[in-house]
Formats: sequence, C-alpha cells, structure tokens
Amino acid sequence: MTVHLISVLVEDKPGVLARVSSMFARRGFNIHSLAVGPAGEEGMSRMTVVVDGPEMEQIVKQLRKMINTVKVTELAPGDAIEREVMLVRVNADPRIRKEIVDAAEIFKAKAVDTGATSLLFEVTGTPDKLADFLELMRPYGIIDLVKSGRVALPKHAKGRNLRAV
Amino acid sequence: MAKITGAEALIKALEHEGVDVVFGVPGGAILPAYDPLYDSPIRHILARHEQGGGHMACGYAIATGRVGVTIATSGPGATNLITPLLDAYMDSVPVVAITGQVPTSAIGNDAFQEAHTWGISMPVTKHNYLVTKVDDIPDVIREAFHIAATGRPGPVLVDIPKDVLNAELEWHSPGNLNLPGYKPNLEGHPKQVKAAVNMILEAERPVLYVGGGVIKAGAHEELLQFAELTNAPVTTTLMARGAFPDDHPLALGMPGMHGVYAAITAIQKCDVLVSLGARFDDRVTGDPTTFAPHARVIHVDVDPAEIGKVRDPEIPIVGDARRVLRQLISAAERLLGDEAPPSRAEWLTTIRSWQSEHPLRYEQKDDGMLKQQYVIEKLHEMTGGDAIVVSGVGQHQMWASQYWKFSKPNTWINSGGLGTMGFALPAAIGAKAGMPDHMVVCIDGDGCFQMTMQELITASVEKVPIKVFVMNNGNHGMVRQWQRLFYNERFSASHLGQDNPDYVRLAESMGCVGLRVETLEDVEPTLEKALAISDKPVVVEVRVDPDEMVFPMVPAGGSNDDVILGPEGLR
Repeated sequence: MTVHLISVLVEDKPGVLARVSSMFARRGFNIHSLAVGPAGEEGMSRMTVVVDGPEMEQIVKQLRKMINTVKVTELAPGDAIEREVMLVRVNADPRIRKEIVDAAEIFKAKAVDTGATSLLFEVTGTPDKLADFLELMRPYGIIDLVKSGRVALPKHAKGRNLRAV
Repeated sequence: MAKITGAEALIKALEHEGVDVVFGVPGGAILPAYDPLYDSPIRHILARHEQGGGHMACGYAIATGRVGVTIATSGPGATNLITPLLDAYMDSVPVVAITGQVPTSAIGNDAFQEAHTWGISMPVTKHNYLVTKVDDIPDVIREAFHIAATGRPGPVLVDIPKDVLNAELEWHSPGNLNLPGYKPNLEGHPKQVKAAVNMILEAERPVLYVGGGVIKAGAHEELLQFAELTNAPVTTTLMARGAFPDDHPLALGMPGMHGVYAAITAIQKCDVLVSLGARFDDRVTGDPTTFAPHARVIHVDVDPAEIGKVRDPEIPIVGDARRVLRQLISAAERLLGDEAPPSRAEWLTTIRSWQSEHPLRYEQKDDGMLKQQYVIEKLHEMTGGDAIVVSGVGQHQMWASQYWKFSKPNTWINSGGLGTMGFALPAAIGAKAGMPDHMVVCIDGDGCFQMTMQELITASVEKVPIKVFVMNNGNHGMVRQWQRLFYNERFSASHLGQDNPDYVRLAESMGCVGLRVETLEDVEPTLEKALAISDKPVVVEVRVDPDEMVFPMVPAGGSNDDVILGPEGLR
C-alpha cells in the first residue's frame, strides 16, 4: 500500500476537523491516520494526514479548496521527519519481566505503568520502528495498544524537500 | 454609541451588502431577525415552503448576477433548505442562507426545532458558519457574501442562535476580511496562456467547450471576441446556454446526452478542446474514456480542483474565465499581428454538413397531440426570445434548452447539476423579483410543478407576475422515456394522470390566471392571451403528447460516438 503524507495548516476554528474529515468521507478518500494539534503560528493548527489511494492530486486540491485551510503540502517519503507515539500493554509474567524490559530497552521504549502480569510501554519513533517493536513484543502477548497517528514536518529548508502538488 | 441587537446588526449587515430582496419563512428561532426586517427597506418575499425560498434566492442570483438571500428558522426550516443549497452548490450559484438556531444553552439538548444545521449543511455549502458571539455578526455576513460571490461562486449558510440574535453589540462596519486560506487565483499563468493560444491557432479542428463558468464570470463578450478572433466553433453546455448567441455562425448549441448532433460530433472529432468554465460532467462526456478521443485539452477553470478531476488536460489554466479570455485575446492578437485568423474552412464546412444533415427535429401533426418542442418554439417566436426562461428538470428542460434560441447570458435558469424537480416555479419567482422589468417565462413539467406548486400563492400574493407553462403529459416524462427504452416499457410508477389536478382551477384558486391549451389552433391565441397579462401570474396548462421522446440521445455511460438521432434509431 502506498501511503502519502499531507501536512495541512488550518485555522484553529471550531469544527475544522469535522470539515476536513467530512470532505474525505464525501469524496470517498481514505484516511489512514490523522493527527491534529496547535501549530507554531498563532491561531493555527497543523494536521498530519496519512492517506492511501491513488487520488493524491484531487485530495490535495480539495483540501486547498476549503476556506479554513491555509497551506497544504504533500510530504514526499524520506524528505520528512515522521514520528508516532504508541502505548502498548504487553503480557509480562514476573518471571520474564526482566527479559521484556531489556528487549524494550533496545527501542528506547519506556515502561510507564506496570500491573501484576503486564507492562505498559511508551514508544516514540518512525512507523517502521513501532512496527518492529510490536513484532518483538508479539510473542509475549499484546493486550492493548494505541497509536497517536503520524505527525510530520519537512526535514529542513523550506522549499527544498517539499513537493507541492 | 448606542447598542443594537444581533438581529438588528444582521439586517443592517444585509443592507450594507446592498440586498434589496430576501426570500424566507419565519419561525421561532429566527423571530428576532424578522422584527427589524419589518422596518427595513429590504423587501421580504414570504415563500410557502423553505425549499421554495431557497430556489427563489437561486433564481434571483442567476438572473441578476447578485447574491441571493434566503432566511429560515431552525430545525425543519433549515433542513428544508438543504435541497436548494445543494442545488446552488452544484451549479455554483451565489446564495447566502441565514438560519435561526435554538439558544446556545439549548444546543445539543434535542431542543424543540433543533437541528445540527452547521453539520448537516457542511457538505452542501461552499462554507458555513455557526455564530456564537454577537460581535461577530457584521464580519461573518461580510465574509459570507464575499465567499459566496467570489472565486467559484456557491452557497454559504450562516446559522445564528436565538440568544445571539437577541444579545447586544456596538455596531461596527465590517472590517477587513480575515480569510487567510481563501485567495482565489483569477489571473491565468502567462506562459500557459501563450501555450494555449499557440495550440488553438495551430489546431485544425478546435472546439470551445463552454460551461457555466463563462456566464458566472460575465465573460460572454470576451468569448464572442475570442471565438471570432480564432474562428473556433463554440458549444454551450446546459449551464452555459446564453453565453454565446445561438444564431452566430460559430454556434454549435448544446453538447452531451441530449445535445445537438453537430455539437456532440464536433467534440468527438476535434483536435483541440478548449474547456472554459466547464467541468467534464458525465451528462456531457458520457463514457469519459471515449470522450473527445483525439483532442489535446486546454482546461480553464477558476477552481483548481476541477482541472484533472475527470480529464487530464495538456494545458491547465487556473483563473477567472473573463480574465483568462482577455489574456487569450491579447496573446492571440499579438501572435497574429497583421495576419488573418485561421479560416478553418474545411472544419467549418464539415460542421455545417453535420448541422444540415442532422438538425434538431420533431413532427407536429395538424390534428395530432401537441408536441412540447412546437410549443416552446412558438413561445420563443411570440416573445421574440426576449424573456428569462426558467425550467425544471426532465424532458421539458431538454426541449427548452434545445429549442429556445438564446442570445444573452443570465436568461436561462435551470437546475443542471443536481437536477432538482420543483426548481422552476420558485426560481422563476426569484428571477422576476430581481428583474421586475423583464418577462419571466417558466417552462415546467407537470411532475416538477406538483413538487412546489404552492409557490403560486407566493407569486400572486407578492405580486410577482410570472408566466408558467405546465407541459402536462400526465407522466414523469423522462422516467417514462427511460422505461420505454431500457425497462421493456414497464411504466412503473411514472404515471401521474393528466386530469388531476385541474390546473386552471388550481391556478385560479391561488390568485393566478389559469388557461388551458390542447389543440394546435389554440396554441397561438392562448399564448397571446397569456403574454398580454402583466398584472398577475398566469398558468397555462399545455396538454402534450406523453409518448414523445427527447432526441438526440446518448444513453447514460455510453460513448458520444453512438448518438441515437430519433425514434427510428432504436432497436
């Protein structure tokens, strides 16, 4: 599956998330993940949308057409810094707890909560890193997990790594 | 400075925008706004249904070129506006809808007449607002009008809770627009413009494929100039009828599903297709993979999202049709210098032969049932074509578009994109309210008419003397045509009956003049009578042949190479 990353600077106004997601639904575009939070600019929010599907040009144009979107940039793979946060609860029998913590250490995963027979890890990183971590933990038994959705910004100097559609 | 209420600010803001007439229906949540409206110079036309009010605003906007305004209350008032809003959205018509909302404290509590208007109207508007602070009213109204009228026009809804209408503010004239994400690109890219002109001048068989955007941009004069300068034939889509004079030697008429053979075929055979404010709609293209197969495409549109949506153009130009046409004209003039424009003798001769071999045709027998085509032609002849024509959706719409010979923009009002039955009567009222010195002719079908016919009361009570021609074939005619062609003549639920209602008595009961015509010899005298009445709305019931079908026809999804020219072309 080819996924694309779109960074959308929007006015921080009530309902703007609903507008964006409604447009995706109406046009039949698929959202893989969507993360939103305040942007650097006053009164602005930044959305990082991961989409799959072949209609990138239309998606970007339809986003630009919305009144509250200020800037829409497609981030080319490799040219953006991408991060995601994951919380994952893993079966952890006290007898092998040390083994699991050591393995998690390699991924700089932090144990943030512990139960009698489980550990809750917080991991941050690229989507690949999170996937690898999950693979490592899977044999122990994954009880629960949640991901923040990807956030991304272009690597450096504006213009150089941006591929505007 | 003395304080005023939000409602007063709203009406003041509408006056500030130059609004002269609004169409609406009052109700609980919007009541505060109706109080200052009572003293305002703005005329309020009381529709009998909010859907009617919405279509009236739309008809007003198309006829006048100004923003149409409709007002409704919360809940059902607002939901009744959804159809006209989507209609306006699909056809890019500038409309501002003001709706009342339950008080802020009641929102979300399933209060009486509460609807989530903002959410419901989001996908059917260009933009919408829920005003939560009374101080925002002047600026929001300014923004709403700006967004509705600029770029690619469209409807904007402003939802205002009752407590916000009742709250007080110090009036301030709307400040600068604060729309950092809204900057329509109007000027075409000069390089693209130059490349386009080169391609058009070098083309052997160009066609200008003109859509509603040309009328919206007021670019008809520029279009005429450019077509003549480059000797390029012009097709006008359903939304663009009137953008180019039908009696011009370069005019091809309407393309598409029920288009003129020469227009359809010219597009199929052209080597360069210049789309101006058109959007490759499925009713025009049929199967898009077989549409204009030999054409290199130039696509001019103010909405970048239309470019490449259906067909990837070789030269995309984002810009306002009028500005881009001006750029194209000056680029063509520069390029041509003292040279004469290309004569394209061969291409134009080929087109002439298509036109003479396959003109629009029908047969009106002296003693046979009336054909709608005949009545429409007669009406055109008797009015000298000097009228604003409004139609509903279906067979009569296609025949009106085919047989009315248009010479001016904004004189053809119909529901193209959404295909809203019931559009015509209220839209005609709106058009006449906006253009009281013009004759407004509503050509409607009986199926369409029955969807909004209560607005006849509005027309007579509000003294809006329109002329309504109900083409009564007793059926949903287009549905019947499809059932005949594609469903083995199984006429499931398409029959209405010609005798109920009695349109003459219906019209009279609603304060209009009612007339009926059934025979050929009665057509002229009855139309004459109808056209002579100027102080009252007139309804003329025209009893027409239920079995007449619209041709030419390209079956839905079929190729434009396979035009069925008439009933003899059917299996």
